[in-house]
Amino acid sequence: MATQQLAFRTCPTTGFKVHLRAEKLIVANAVTAVVFLTLGGIMALLIALTRWEAVHLLSADWYYRLLGAHGMTMLVYWIVFFEIAGLYFGGAVVLNSRLPKPGLGWLAFALMLTGAVMSNVMVLIGQATVMFTAYVPLKAHPLYYLGVVLFAVGAFIAVGLFFASLVVAKVEKRYEGSLPLFTYGLMAAAIIAVFTLVGGVITFVPALLWSLGIFKLYDPGAYRVFFWAFGHPAQQVNLAAMVAIWYALSSLMVGAKPVNEKLSRVAFLLYILFINLGSIHHLLVDPGLHTADRILNTSYFFYLAVVGSMIHAFSIPAGIEIAQRAKGYTHGIFQWLIKAPWKEPGFSALVISMVLFGFLGGVTGVLQGTMQLNILVHNTLRVPAHFHMTVVAGTTLAFMGISYYLIPLMVRRNLVGKAWASVQPYIYGGGLALLFFGMYGAGSLGVPRRTWDTTYSQSIVPGPVFGGEVNIFLALLGIGAVIAVIGGAIFVILMVLTLFFGKKVPIKA
Amino acid sequence: MSTLTPPERVWWKPLGKEEKIWLTVSIIWALVLFSMMIVWSAAAKQDTPTETYKISTTEFQQLTNTFVQKYQVGQVNGVPVVRPPAGGDVYLLARQFQWYPILELKKGQTYRIHLSSADVQHGFSLQPMNMNFQVLPDYDYVIRLTPAQTGEFYIVCNEFCGLGHHLMSGKIIVKE
Ligand code: HEM
Ligand SMILES: [Cu+2]
Ligand SMILES: [Cu+2]
Repeated sequence: MATQQLAFRTCPTTGFKVHLRAEKLIVANAVTAVVFLTLGGIMALLIALTRWEAVHLLSADWYYRLLGAHGMTMLVYWIVFFEIAGLYFGGAVVLNSRLPKPGLGWLAFALMLTGAVMSNVMVLIGQATVMFTAYVPLKAHPLYYLGVVLFAVGAFIAVGLFFASLVVAKVEKRYEGSLPLFTYGLMAAAIIAVFTLVGGVITFVPALLWSLGIFKLYDPGAYRVFFWAFGHPAQQVNLAAMVAIWYALSSLMVGAKPVNEKLSRVAFLLYILFINLGSIHHLLVDPGLHTADRILNTSYFFYLAVVGSMIHAFSIPAGIEIAQRAKGYTHGIFQWLIKAPWKEPGFSALVISMVLFGFLGGVTGVLQGTMQLNILVHNTLRVPAHFHMTVVAGTTLAFMGISYYLIPLMVRRNLVGKAWASVQPYIYGGGLALLFFGMYGAGSLGVPRRTWDTTYSQSIVPGPVFGGEVNIFLALLGIGAVIAVIGGAIFVILMVLTLFFGKKVPIKA
Repeated sequence: MSTLTPPERVWWKPLGKEEKIWLTVSIIWALVLFSMMIVWSAAAKQDTPTETYKISTTEFQQLTNTFVQKYQVGQVNGVPVVRPPAGGDVYLLARQFQWYPILELKKGQTYRIHLSSADVQHGFSLQPMNMNFQVLPDYDYVIRLTPAQTGEFYIVCNEFCGLGHHLMSGKIIVKE
């Protein structure tokens, strides 16, 4: 039978029934995501080699352009395209169900791609050197804001399609009882995504009108509140999606089960309820906000969302330990861990992602989100140090880890270069840890982020502002970046090789 | 059963002992973190300043110019050096790509430093103390500052404010 006539195929590895029209969308979104990751990675290398004072590669103009493009390309385009692929996977394939109205999925895809290309082109031609935060009254070309809005509208449609697929699966009785924990976690991410995207539109539509000259004034303080009502929960979408993938990887790699479904689900619920509080941690040293607001909001309402993360930090390792002990690795306290599949990229990516996210990303986040400590941290390199442990070592590495299984499954080819894959998470994670220490050290000494040169030798009030010791940290930043980019490149190359040259897996109806 | 398949019909089971302990410790710790902010806020003097007023960019520039004319005592590379009366109001204007003017303060005196911008957003970053505040146009942000050491301190800008952002610096000189 010709492929086109089949609505579903059965995956030989997982046994999932794969809706073929969903499959195409998943592949398109995931491949686009990897393309953006590649672009963002090249930019990362160039800007990092500029911050490494001894190399100081780019001109100021290009450093600022590529920095803005890197932030947007990575934090929004790579991550969101991949998340959309993940949502379709969790909403259709994992439930052995179908994606209703795949045509809408393509519309969403087209809007997102148009928006992403439009805004990135504006940045690269120097018409939107405003960084991804685009704080007003620094002004970009109207097409930049339009691009962002189109992207957000596209993503909104895609998220809607995911909810529709959940309804269809339930109505058509594709599964019994409750949602699998993985899909439940994705649903939490999608719910947070809804108010995130609404926030995005509220921020960027007025900005578009303002840059067109239709609105005369956009209050800079109000803009910051709006922007972070979008920018902050956007990171929590990434968080929830990453944790869902952690659970999935723990099952795929060692057969872990949720230790206590109730507790894990409540933890996701805590994310939904309390995560949007916290947005003020970006505004802790802004004028105009009351101390009580700052404290209540920035504590995620008594740190309840953080308790959610603490629950996952217990449940996932516990699930792995129980599964490993059930296989007979019961000797001593740690045999289960030593005998874990450390050569599986999915497992090493899971562990490195959890460790770097939790100990470096999460801990630094809670520290610098403390009102009084934030005065020492705001806009220094400690900020990117923190979020390269959360969205890069955490989210991005988790996404890479699951890609080694998801992408071959969806393109029906075997992974190429397994041996390279098994070392990739170590290289990427190791490089990022160095990058972190470099950024964190320099930032602790006061070195600002988003700054081409920190010698201030050409200023009206000339430096040196910072001592020579910051150069050691900036060099560490550069070396870590080179290693991490090599790790990222290995991932991209393996994905491309698999897509084009992987051994084909025959299709079964 | 796995995280990729639907759970058993009844999945709301009571927590195990270890889970209860972990959860309790986490919640207690969360409350400790939360109270710390309140305690520091109530007991310490290093809180984020909360005095803010609306002001137009032109008005703030006028105030700064008057302030400079009144108290200027010198200049460095064309930037006026200003010695305000001890304990008084001080105006520090951020603009592309300079902190204006250079301030000369007296150790141990408390000043009300008014921060605002003439154009886009900037970041006030006092080095090597490493104290950082966001500076917005249209907002008069008042910081109470009591210099505790003498010497020369740099102010750099740590919010991207345009292609000359990395040139933006200023100075506070503290004397006995
Ligand atoms: C090999 C991997 C990566 C390296 C070496 C790297 C390196 C860097 C460097 C050096 C900066 C500039 C810091 C500054 O000068 O202020 C930066 C900024 C940034 N990076 Fe990355 N990065 C990587 C991957 C990622 C990924 C995967 C994401 C998102 C998922 C990401 C998100 C960002 C963001 C949002 C900024 C801030 C841009 C801004 O300040 O406007 N990075 N990165
Ligand atoms: Cu946030
Ligand atoms: Cu600046």
